[in-house]
Amino acid sequence: MDFIEKARIMDGPRINRALARLASEIVEENHGAGDLYLVGIRRRGVPLAERMADKIADLEGDRPPVGVVDITLYRDDLSTVGAKPIVNRTELPGDIESRNIVLIDDVLYTGRTIRAALDQLIDFGRPRRVQLAVLIDRGKEHRELPIQADYIGKLVPTKKSEIIKVMLQEFDEEEGVVIVERPPEETT
Amino acid sequence: MTTDAVFNRKHLLGIRELEAGEITHLLDTAETFREISKRDIKKVPALRGRTVINLFFEPSTRTRTSFEIAAKRLSADAVNVSVSTSSVSKGETLMDTARNLEAMSPDCIVVRHSMAGAPQQLARMGNSPIVNAGDGSHEHPTQALLDALTIREYKGRIEGLKVAIIGDVLHSRVARSNIHLLTKLGATVCIAGPGTMVPAEFNEFVETGLRVEKRIEDAIEGADVVMVLRIQRERQDTAFFPSMREYAVHYGLRRHHLERAAPDAIVMHPGPMNRGIEIASEVADGSSSLILDQVTNGVAVRMAVLYLIAGGSHAEVDVDKLAPVENQAKKQKGSIG
Repeated sequence: MDFIEKARIMDGPRINRALARLASEIVEENHGAGDLYLVGIRRRGVPLAERMADKIADLEGDRPPVGVVDITLYRDDLSTVGAKPIVNRTELPGDIESRNIVLIDDVLYTGRTIRAALDQLIDFGRPRRVQLAVLIDRGKEHRELPIQADYIGKLVPTKKSEIIKVMLQEFDEEEGVVIVERPPEETT
Repeated sequence: MTTDAVFNRKHLLGIRELEAGEITHLLDTAETFREISKRDIKKVPALRGRTVINLFFEPSTRTRTSFEIAAKRLSADAVNVSVSTSSVSKGETLMDTARNLEAMSPDCIVVRHSMAGAPQQLARMGNSPIVNAGDGSHEHPTQALLDALTIREYKGRIEGLKVAIIGDVLHSRVARSNIHLLTKLGATVCIAGPGTMVPAEFNEFVETGLRVEKRIEDAIEGADVVMVLRIQRERQDTAFFPSMREYAVHYGLRRHHLERAAPDAIVMHPGPMNRGIEIASEVADGSSSLILDQVTNGVAVRMAVLYLIAGGSHAEVDVDKLAPVENQAKKQKGSIG
């Protein structure tokens, strides 16, 4: 289906600068990279976590470990989704016990994805602390659970009918963040 | 992961009606689930609040336990019902038992029955999703899937491999499901066993990638995978070979046979093994044997099947359009399910 592109809010260099700022905020808040452990949420949180780890390595010398969570099996809407999603692997190498975890995702919207990721993390161990970093926060009024981000690349207040599309070169042909909207006449 | 078709059926009754893309989707999903069994907390909430009934009309340790563990690792509630067929008149009990169980609103019924077609019958008459855990000499789809997952794990692919299946092909639902699956995914299957158990009529299926050999040495020649079937004493009402000893001499897999196979050939057996009859201990316990890996992969495959069937909604399948089931063993002539 075709979406109407309403606004381009970030390009490649802006994403890069936002990640650099988030990386230094994370290091400052956690007093270095020592106990840090980054966890990307599939799919687009994963390359963001890898890039963030590179930036932290540039700042501190140490590159924190990067894990991956796939939240499919922890979703709360399994019975309402039509076609069954493809389940991908969760990979949390090493021990997450007593680490400072930073969950990383591209967009924070209802908070339900983060809830699922938290549940899954807790099944793997007891981290000392879990924080949340997102590239885009769509605004608190959309939240359906008491979940907020600790590090925000850009706050973008949106309407419910709008969709934030994050494009990263690992998955897409270009880099950027756009606001799109479903065309009103469409009846799917 | 490129799957053109996804498995979105209400039931898993056999491999025969599946498309290659659906099989690949099931195997890809199972591969993901394998990791869950390696965690400290071997449980995900995917099927929380769902009920899976294991309805077994035939004795089984491995398959029933495997389905039960798979259901529990997905947080479903698993209930085991074991019914002895010998004490009851078969048709009535199957229908009545199923109706009663269905009245308790299960989300999936896993069925094993000695009669070919029993799961199809339940799928036709009832509303519950049905998973076939082995029906007579007809099909055992989850066994074929776990075998394929094991082959993929060690060989990286199915397509283009040569697979030898040795033994009682006629009575074996494992062989039937495996032949369907492996040929659909592009392997060449070579079967061998006593003439009474591998009828020459199977040669009619040669265009699907199936070959029939008389001697196991010829079947094993160049094989990447050697699958040994169990001698099923319980399914032989007449003598198919003179004695167990004679069977072991001519068709039992021994170490020297493997010299003819491809250099890194793997050996599989669906269990339970008759050591010293269809497979020598030196092979069963040898370095090329993947028999215990098969069991491990069985849990992952059954998790994938239960997840895709008991979780979420399905495309409605008209069961009456499925291929009719014939009892090949009873018919005693060539037809691969």
